[in-house]
Amino acid sequence: MEKMSRVTTALGGSALTGRTMHCHLDAPANAISVCRDAAQVVVAGRSIFKIYAIEDEQFVEKLNLRVGRKPSLNLSCADVVWHQMDENLLATAATNGVVVTWNLGRPSRNKQDQLFTEHKRTVNKVCFHPTEAHVLLSGSQDGFMKCFDLRRKDSVSTFSGQSESVRDVQFSIRDYFTFASTFENGNVQLWDIRRPDRCERMFTAHNGPVFCCDWHPEDRGWLATGGRDKMVKVWDMTTHRAKEVHCVQTIASVARVKWRPECRHHLATCSMMVDHNIYVWDVRRPFVPAAMFEEHRDVTTGIAWRHPHDPSFLLSGSKDSTLCQHLFRDASQPVERANPEGLCYGLFGDLAFAAKESLVAAESGRKPYAGDRRHPIFFKRKLDPAEPFVGLASSALSVFEIEPGSGSMSWFVDTAERYALAGRPLAELCDHNAKVARELGRNQVAQTWTMLRIIYCSPGLAPATSLNHSVGKGSSCGLPLMNSFNLKDMAPGLGSETRLDRSKGDTRSDTVLLDSSATLITNEDNEETEGSDVPADYLLGDVEGEEDELYLLDPEHAHPEEPEYVLPQEAFPLRHEIVDTPPGPEHLQDKADSPHVSGSEADAASSAPMDSSFSLISGDVQMAVSVLIVLGERVRKDIDEQTQEHWYTSYIDLLQRFCLWNVSNQVVKLSTSRAVSCLNQASTTLHVNCSHCKRPMSGRGWVCDRCHRCASTCAVCHHVVKGLFVWCQGCSHGGHLQHVMKWLEGSSHCPAGCGHLCEYS
Amino acid sequence: MMQTEELELGIRIPRPLGHGPSRFIPEKEILQVGSEDAQMHALFADSFAALGRLDNITLVMVFHPQYLESFLKTQHYLLQMDGPLPLHYRHYIGIMAAARHQCSYLVNLHVNDFLHVGGDPKWLNGLENAPQKLQNLGELNKVLAHRPWLITKEHIEGLLKAEEHSWSLAELVHAVVLLTHYHSLASFTFGCGISPEIHCDGGHTFRPPSVSNYCICDITNGNHSVDEMQVNSAGNVSVSDSFFEVEALMEKMRQLQECRDEEEASQEEMASRFEIEKRESMFVFSSDDEEVTPARDVSRHFEDTSYGYKDFSRHGMHVPTFRVQDYCWEDHGYSLVNRLYPDVGQLIDEKFHIAYNLTYNTMAMHKDVDTSMLRRAIWNYIHCMFGIRYDDYDYGEINQLLDRSFKVYIKTVVCTPEKVTKRMYDSFWRQFKHSEKVHVNLLLIEARMQAELLYALRAITRYMT
Repeated sequence: MEKMSRVTTALGGSALTGRTMHCHLDAPANAISVCRDAAQVVVAGRSIFKIYAIEDEQFVEKLNLRVGRKPSLNLSCADVVWHQMDENLLATAATNGVVVTWNLGRPSRNKQDQLFTEHKRTVNKVCFHPTEAHVLLSGSQDGFMKCFDLRRKDSVSTFSGQSESVRDVQFSIRDYFTFASTFENGNVQLWDIRRPDRCERMFTAHNGPVFCCDWHPEDRGWLATGGRDKMVKVWDMTTHRAKEVHCVQTIASVARVKWRPECRHHLATCSMMVDHNIYVWDVRRPFVPAAMFEEHRDVTTGIAWRHPHDPSFLLSGSKDSTLCQHLFRDASQPVERANPEGLCYGLFGDLAFAAKESLVAAESGRKPYAGDRRHPIFFKRKLDPAEPFVGLASSALSVFEIEPGSGSMSWFVDTAERYALAGRPLAELCDHNAKVARELGRNQVAQTWTMLRIIYCSPGLAPATSLNHSVGKGSSCGLPLMNSFNLKDMAPGLGSETRLDRSKGDTRSDTVLLDSSATLITNEDNEETEGSDVPADYLLGDVEGEEDELYLLDPEHAHPEEPEYVLPQEAFPLRHEIVDTPPGPEHLQDKADSPHVSGSEADAASSAPMDSSFSLISGDVQMAVSVLIVLGERVRKDIDEQTQEHWYTSYIDLLQRFCLWNVSNQVVKLSTSRAVSCLNQASTTLHVNCSHCKRPMSGRGWVCDRCHRCASTCAVCHHVVKGLFVWCQGCSHGGHLQHVMKWLEGSSHCPAGCGHLCEYS
Repeated sequence: MMQTEELELGIRIPRPLGHGPSRFIPEKEILQVGSEDAQMHALFADSFAALGRLDNITLVMVFHPQYLESFLKTQHYLLQMDGPLPLHYRHYIGIMAAARHQCSYLVNLHVNDFLHVGGDPKWLNGLENAPQKLQNLGELNKVLAHRPWLITKEHIEGLLKAEEHSWSLAELVHAVVLLTHYHSLASFTFGCGISPEIHCDGGHTFRPPSVSNYCICDITNGNHSVDEMQVNSAGNVSVSDSFFEVEALMEKMRQLQECRDEEEASQEEMASRFEIEKRESMFVFSSDDEEVTPARDVSRHFEDTSYGYKDFSRHGMHVPTFRVQDYCWEDHGYSLVNRLYPDVGQLIDEKFHIAYNLTYNTMAMHKDVDTSMLRRAIWNYIHCMFGIRYDDYDYGEINQLLDRSFKVYIKTVVCTPEKVTKRMYDSFWRQFKHSEKVHVNLLLIEARMQAELLYALRAITRYMT
């Protein structure tokens, strides 16, 4: 209310009234401008040029300035401006390069007053002098700015920017003779209107075109500029060099910028592409807009504050053919929707949590950790009570420290480094990995590897019955399973009834499989090498028989609670896989790393439900991925691509957090998922600097363009190294990896003869 | 000769078939590798490092090293750097685009690249063997290449909302940039008569027996020929005649420059001049306007071979004029591209700028000439053919500055590049240097690319709003 009264005084007793409203125009608008009395607005576009009266409840069309039968390009307006001293005077900039002035006082229907055809290209902007009645300035695509005296027929002076097209021109509000112009190449120039020969000052404000600028209505030297680079910058021009005092990053190129009256740090912006909203920013808070108007359905092309002393009414025109009046109190405030809490993990597992002070205070009763230290923050600073952010500006930061040792992941690192994933027969891989796990005291994991070896490698060795027995025992003796594979569920030792149920089902289907492969063993014995020629229908019949039998015997299958869960997961894929993939020669080739695998086993493996193995891996993505890689073709088909991809990316992410680059790269290489294997194909560029001139070497990595010398020569053979270059961190001599390795076998001194005792890790 | 070689050495040696990088430009006019200056050398090195070859396009474009640098940078980024599309998709889209103009030169190059980055050879048997997602792009490719003004937001919507085969916006922008890039590069290839590379079929004297049959370079596009090379301009207009041609052009430019302020064309006249130019541009066509059936092998990569450039009002359909003041590259197109495919907007923007502003202030034998008026006329004439209008341009200038044979050449290169012949190339601007004709080609391809991009991006913008 206090503010309201202030406004009233500023307006000289007649407060503005109105509501948020819009009216439909016949055509898209390009620009709008408000009359001095704040009661009328002019809208101009390619095929519209009208004046509307702003009433309390609605806009009322007052005058159509597009008269005449034939549409003329002179009326195709890129910009319009209403004189702030004389309410009868308007000027428009036409897309064909003509500047037109209009006198509303003319008695005839055609209000057109004067026509200036001096620009050769589209005129982007026109601007009246804020106090002088007859001075008009224009900026055009042809790179010139022209100053017109309306009492004469042609321009008084021409200013050549010498740098591409002019996008905006604005007279300074405070300095009588100064105007600013912005250019397509990112420059801003300051001119004295009396000196057309050269500009007073020029600086590069933006990267790419500067679309708009606006002088601060009160602060003498402040100029806001907006550019295609999505930035709004506020410059202080009073100093010797233009200094950037504020910078707001928006989400789209900035088409218009207008300071908000009576609010020193507020400005409104709109964009010409992609984003349709109008934002009001507090330049001191450049990340979240103070207010946002979301009425328009297409890009906003023109904005204007209704009255130079009233901060609550904003008018806007848009390509969606509407004219809007926005009331500040109806604006949406993104700050309210923003999430004021922040959460972040530290390098060593510490957890930092920031939230509104009030929230934290309420919760401080139950402290999650004994070692909780409460820091009452750095956010506290001098607060301006007039600001709308007071409530949010104070927040509390809590840091939860982790107990030393509890989060140690050394087992992860060790495991990752020592696991063997490929290059040896499956059985050996499993044995090796089991050994690794056992040595690290992870018996359950070791057990899993052993079981995998038994399941996948020994149908020819172990009799089916004993196998059956061992697997059955495995599940019945109740390993601490957490069988559903859930990445988020990291807490060990959780096993509910339903999950156990499922694992029983798994084991059951495993037996089926092993049986089926066992029955085939005889077959395989006969035709060692031609195991893949086993007729598919024979196999199918076999398995089906087995399954039907089991279906009848197994009461769990008929369990009413979760039949749809068990059936699609296991029974169907089992049948499906065998029918669909008749073993072929290429099938065998894929498993080149384990040549002893025969056709029947491949079939058994391909149909083995993954649940059986992956249910044993308690929420451990390392295990999942390792098993996936080791088993390769045998299980890959049974897990859907996305899940695999998910596992791979999670594991790779973890590896990279532990700086296990080599392991992660190996995993990437071994993965068969397309999305994963392309991970190490991106960003493969390595930038190097020349060792002589210290400048970046573009093009080739081994010869410098500037000093024309080969940058990296091998200290051993004195040839240029074009591939792997290894060097000592101490003396920075080095060479071909092979050569240096060989050298170091004989001597530990630097091969370059510098006397350094080289160290290589 | 081949036989003797075979007899003597037991092997056959491939010999280049062409006569230098271009069939239109005598080999001796083109820069020889090895005699380049430092800047060009660096460019060649970059090009070689990026592509693993120094192709004929580069050798011809090096007439204008400043442009070439920007061109190579952009192309490298589009094909090899980070982007939403996988590498083999990018080359395949390049093949699709080049095939629209039956540009076997580009198709062959990119077939090799496509296979090199691990593309599936089956796709090369035709678009119907490629994934559904790429097949969906076929329609856009077709419209974009020949009648870009027909692109609507429905085309975009169809691509973005195709269930599992749908494109993301970023991918689509990448694809659109690639398509337009290769459409216009095809124009350049034909416009400058680029010869096939030696390692591609048609570039050498024999065909290796085992090489797959999809890289058949087809030189039967009417512009073939060695005999045409020899016929030369002997039968053409005398030298003095063509000398006056340059003089006359310069005189006209001078006149236009001087009288522009005085002459006051009425609004209606200005408007009608654009319409006249637009209408006339469709009658400008070479006399041998017979329908060329596409070459057999290249046609595999696209369907609907009969769909070609159709002029605006020939079919009685009214196409609303595209006003640059309402949607232009600098303000709108750039922002959209850069938002969806970061950095590429910047690269293309630079390329447009360099192409539009490139000048050496020379014209044929004259020095210190301001050619901006001529360049603007060429640029705007091309946009005019696509229905794009500049409010602030007097289209009467085009008629003054561009003579008929030049218009025929422009029109053919931009709209139906496969029909360009050496005769067309020779018969315009007879006194001008080859480097200037290549310069014209750069203007043509960039203006064309911008025109196509404007239509495609406007449709995307409309879809988004």
